[in-house]
Formats: sequence, structure tokens, C-alpha cells
Amino acid sequence: MIKIKYLLMLLAICILIRFTPVHAGEQPESLLDRLGIDVHGFADLRAGTRITEDDYERDTSLLESRLQLDLSRIDDIAAFQIRADFIYDDIPKETDLDLEDGTGFIDLREANVLFSPIDIMDVKIGRQILTWGTGDLLFINDLFPKDWQSFFCGRDVEYLKAPSDALFVSMFPDFANIDLAFTPRFDADRFISGERLSYYNPALGRLAGRDAVVEDYKPDDWFKDSEISLRISRDISGYELAFYGYNGFWKSPAGMDPVRQEAIFPDLTVCGASIRGRLKNGLFNIETAYYNSKDDTSGDNPFIPNSEIRLLAGYEQELARNFSGTFQYYLEYMKDYGSYRASLPAGNHLQDKDRHVLTLRLTKLALNQNLILSLFSYYSPSDKDAYFRPNIKYKLSDSLMITAGGNIFTGSNDYTFFGQFEKNSNIYTGMRYSF
Amino acid sequence: MKTFLFLLITAIIALVPGSSIHAEEPSADKIIEMANDASYYAGKDGQASVRMTINDSSGDTRIREFMILRKNMDKKDQKFYVYFKAPADVRKMAYLVWKHVGGDDDRWLWLPALNLKKRIAPGDKRTSFAGSDFFYEDVSGRGTGEDSHELIKTDNNRYLIKNVPKDPDSVEFAYYNVWINRETFLPEKAEYYNKNGKLYRSVEAKKVVIIQGYPTVTESVARDLASGTSTTNKFENVKYDIGLNDKIFTERFLRRPPREVTR
Repeated sequence: MIKIKYLLMLLAICILIRFTPVHAGEQPESLLDRLGIDVHGFADLRAGTRITEDDYERDTSLLESRLQLDLSRIDDIAAFQIRADFIYDDIPKETDLDLEDGTGFIDLREANVLFSPIDIMDVKIGRQILTWGTGDLLFINDLFPKDWQSFFCGRDVEYLKAPSDALFVSMFPDFANIDLAFTPRFDADRFISGERLSYYNPALGRLAGRDAVVEDYKPDDWFKDSEISLRISRDISGYELAFYGYNGFWKSPAGMDPVRQEAIFPDLTVCGASIRGRLKNGLFNIETAYYNSKDDTSGDNPFIPNSEIRLLAGYEQELARNFSGTFQYYLEYMKDYGSYRASLPAGNHLQDKDRHVLTLRLTKLALNQNLILSLFSYYSPSDKDAYFRPNIKYKLSDSLMITAGGNIFTGSNDYTFFGQFEKNSNIYTGMRYSF
Repeated sequence: MKTFLFLLITAIIALVPGSSIHAEEPSADKIIEMANDASYYAGKDGQASVRMTINDSSGDTRIREFMILRKNMDKKDQKFYVYFKAPADVRKMAYLVWKHVGGDDDRWLWLPALNLKKRIAPGDKRTSFAGSDFFYEDVSGRGTGEDSHELIKTDNNRYLIKNVPKDPDSVEFAYYNVWINRETFLPEKAEYYNKNGKLYRSVEAKKVVIIQGYPTVTESVARDLASGTSTTNKFENVKYDIGLNDKIFTERFLRRPPREVTR
């Protein structure tokens, strides 16, 4: 209750800041105006419910109000930005404020400064959202943190990207663009832990949720447990070519410490490449990478994931006026499958050597682009599971948007990637007032 | 600059009464070429801030505010940088276009909340720009070779040209008529007719001002007569030949908007 009051107060403050009465020709200057600080943001209310009963979670899948404030200032020397969400979230049991994990009543999305120390270099320091790669809701060389909880529970898709605390250096010599992201302390995914969404727990051999929230052990030493991401990219007559490198950890707890019974983040090194460009009447993209699981190079440790080759090929085209489609094929190929099979403890479910996933996105714009209908589907023929993301958005006015959608999981088995989330299938609705 | 001189000379010649050249009308193709140059290629580069007001049939309005930067490249290709300032939900989004005459354009959208440069698949150029009654093609120009042009009549001030698409299936109109000012070569009005011969759409220049010697449309209106909606574009802070760097039209300046658009 205290938090709701707090939120209302904040909303009142920001409305006062933004909407002080303006008389024609004599706009009173607020303090923020004088400092050249731009204030914007939105208020977002959302609610969702599971469509099947989940033994381990509440029926309510989403119930939150969110106020985002975005303060920015750009001058010739630097650009500053602070973007933070003030949240009242009804779902989690744990409500302690943790800016790293994004729990509690503040989710600090960005707090950074961008400047150019020399002509061919840009530097951005601080909390920031980082993204690269060519996939559409599939990520191979983008090893920046993701928020899978937000993605699956019906928040706006932008929340799939969790913030990084990083130094991001871009260099622009004539031959290529070079981007380097250094994260001094590992930023993990905001992964499915059981608190909000139920998951398959291999140790228990069943689905689990609030009864068995994942205990994880995160590498968290400054500088020792750092991550580094590199991209070298250039455009060759309309074809965007890029090479990537990453040294850090599996972003979600892909490993297990059998003694302490804790989920762990084993070491990971990735190198890859991508190309994107025009093909016939559309766009194609191909991306690949080698995931070197350094803690298990021979693939015979059952508690550490094996090395993999990942591959993605996509094609996007306008199918009719205001109607477009994107198709992707995605592959995870396990390297030492023989060792994996031989070392897998009895009672565990055997993964396939290849995991194939197909995705299809369909988007239709109508009513002067104020109505957006979209459906994103994942389907894995090897795992025999699927995930559908229908969504409808309508902009009632320039500031008010209403939305509704679903996250529908289905699968033959409850231990596959999407199949395990079947009981989390949910529908949601929300509205957003932007200012 | 050459184009401008040519325009100027043509304009002067056209103004001199009884001039022998006056009697010789330029061909329809030539007029359309010159109109295209006057509308979309003034100067080596240019900038404008645009306020777009979309009026729907029920009287509601929606506002779009953006800055637009343009640079002319070789072979009539162009680069555009569009930076949105309003409404709030698209604020700081940037739209980058590398226009290729006679081919598909390369287009990207910058999504600031995701820090993502999203490439946009080639699309129908005759679909709404930013939800308005202007089409993408109205903003970046229609290829002059895509229609056959016929000079219907010439009066004291204007040429009237009928344009029939060479590939009728690629567009929603059967033909359109355009009135072009004989002095400035700016199109004053275009009217689009459907396959039943019915007028259903118009685009009109409401205000023309000379800026740095270039006749410039500072207010234009597009009307969708079928749905009853209309959009007014007002252009302010128009400047030409500002010496825009090529590099502005790259990912670096999507990440960090150039001062030309943030000021």
C-alpha cells in the first residue's frame, strides 16, 4: 500500500514537472528546462492470468503498475541519460531492492554518459541496454543479459533486454566499425527461477515453482568475473557483415554444482559471424557461432553444458500492403554428443544432438498504423514444443495505448525448453500513457 | 548548383514576355524531371523540422514532430535521416534511408529503448508514412521513370501533366494529374484517380517560400477523400547547403543523434 502511495506521488510530481500551465507565448521555465534536461516517460498498468492451473504458481501471472521516468541531456560534449522504472509488482515474494537483479520497486534501465574522447571514438559508460546480432527474438552472438521472466509474462517486448553495467567503446576507422563492451562484473540473465514462472527441475524430476526456487551461485567478483564482447562490422554495398567474440559465462545457469545443489554459470567463450542484406523482395540474415564451454571441453561432465554450434537463417518480406512476415530457422548442434550420452546420469532425459527451432512472425498494421496485430511463433520439431505470442496494440491517441496478448506454451514433454512452461500459458492486458 | 542555375535560367526565360524560347514548351518528361529536382533535390543537402498534423474524420488529431536531414549522393541517390521528437512513444526513434533511384531503398529504424538498429524489409512505397495521409513515396519522391507523362495543357502559370503508371498493378491509382508551377517547377497539386475514374486522393502545396534561392514548400496537405482524413505538414527551420557529413547517415549517429537534429 505504501508503494502505491509512493507511485502516485511520483506520478503527481512528474505531471507537475511536465504539465505546468502554459500560456501562449510565455512558457515558464522549470528548473529542468534551465538545465536543458528533457523529462519523458510513461505510466504502464498490466494484468495477466494463467489459462491453466499451475500447481506451483499463482493464477495471477502479472499484476503491476510501472512509472518510467527518462531524463536526458544532450550537449556538444556529452549525452547523459537516466531512465528508471518505479514499480509496484504484486507477484514476487521477494521485494528487496536489488538493482542488479531488477527486483524491488526500482528497475534502473539506464544511467550513462556518452562522449567522444577522440574524433573516431564514442564511449558510453554506465548502465545501458546493449543489443547486436541479426536474429528476430533469437540470439546467438548477442550475449548481453536478457530478462526471460518479463518476456514470458507479458511485459512489453523491450523488457526482454536487461540492462548491462558496462563500458562500451565504439571506434569508427574507415575500414570497419569496432565495438567493445566490457562488463567488469558478470551480468546474468534474469532467468526463470520458479518464483514467477514454473519450470522443469531435473533434480526433482518434475515441474517446480515457488516450492523450489532455483538457488544459484553467480560469479560476482569485480574484474575477475568480467565479461567482454566484441563486434567488428562493416557494410559492403548494402550487405552488413559482422564478426563477434565473447568471453564470459553462460548467461542463464546452464550448469549444476552437484555437491552444493546450486545452479551455476559455467565459463563460456563464443566466436561468430553474421550477414544481413537484401534478397529478392525482402531481407535475409544468416548468423552463426561456436559456443566453447570451457569448463567441459571434452563434453563428459554431465553438470556442465557441452560446446555447441549455433546457426540461424532468416528471411523477411512484405506479404501484402501493411502486412509482413519473417521466417527463421535456428539450430543448436551439440559438439560431443557421444561423451554427453555416455556421461548422462541414469534417470535424466536425453537431449537430442540437434535442437531445431522454426519461427514465424506475422505483423499487420491497420487504421492508419494505430492498430498493430502481431503473432510470433516458435516451433521446435525436435523438442516437439511450441510457443505462441499473439499481441494486439491500439493507439487510442498520441499518448494512450491499450494492448492485449498471450504467451501460449505447448509441448509433448514437460522437460523441453518451451514444453516446461506449458502451465505458465497466460493472457494479459495493459495500458500505457506516454508523456 | 547546376540544377539551380538551370532552374533559374529557365525561370527567367519563361518570365521574359515574347521570348522566342517561350513558345517552345519543354516535353512532359522534362517538366517532370525538373519538378522532381525542384521538390526533392534542392541544394547539395538540407534540413527541416516538420510538424505533421493528422486529422481523422471524427475530428481527432494526432501530431508527429520530426527533424529531417537529406544529402544528395551520386546518380540521384540520396540519404535521409529522420529523427522523431513527438509523440512520446516514438520520441528519439530515428529512421535512416539510403534511397536508390530505380531500386529498393535501404532502410533502418533505430529503437532507442532496445538500443537496436532494425533493418526494414523493402516495402510498398505507397503506404502511409508514420500513420499519416502522406505516403512514403511523397516524402522521398517517386521515380520519374515509373509513369508515362503527358502534357495536357499549359496556362499562364501552370503545366498540367497526366501520369499513367507503367506497371498498373504496382500502385493503387489508375493515373494522377499534377499541376506544376511554370516558374518554380514545384508541383502545386496532385490528384489521384482510381480504376473507376474516381478522384480519391490529393496532395497540395499550400505555401511556397524562397529559401536561400530555392523555392520551398513550407506547408502541404494530403487528403484521403475516401476515409475523410487529411494530414498537414508544416516545415520550419529549412536550410540548404549546410555541409552535412556522409557519416551522419550511419549507425554511429543512430546511436548518438547528431546535433543537427537534437538542437
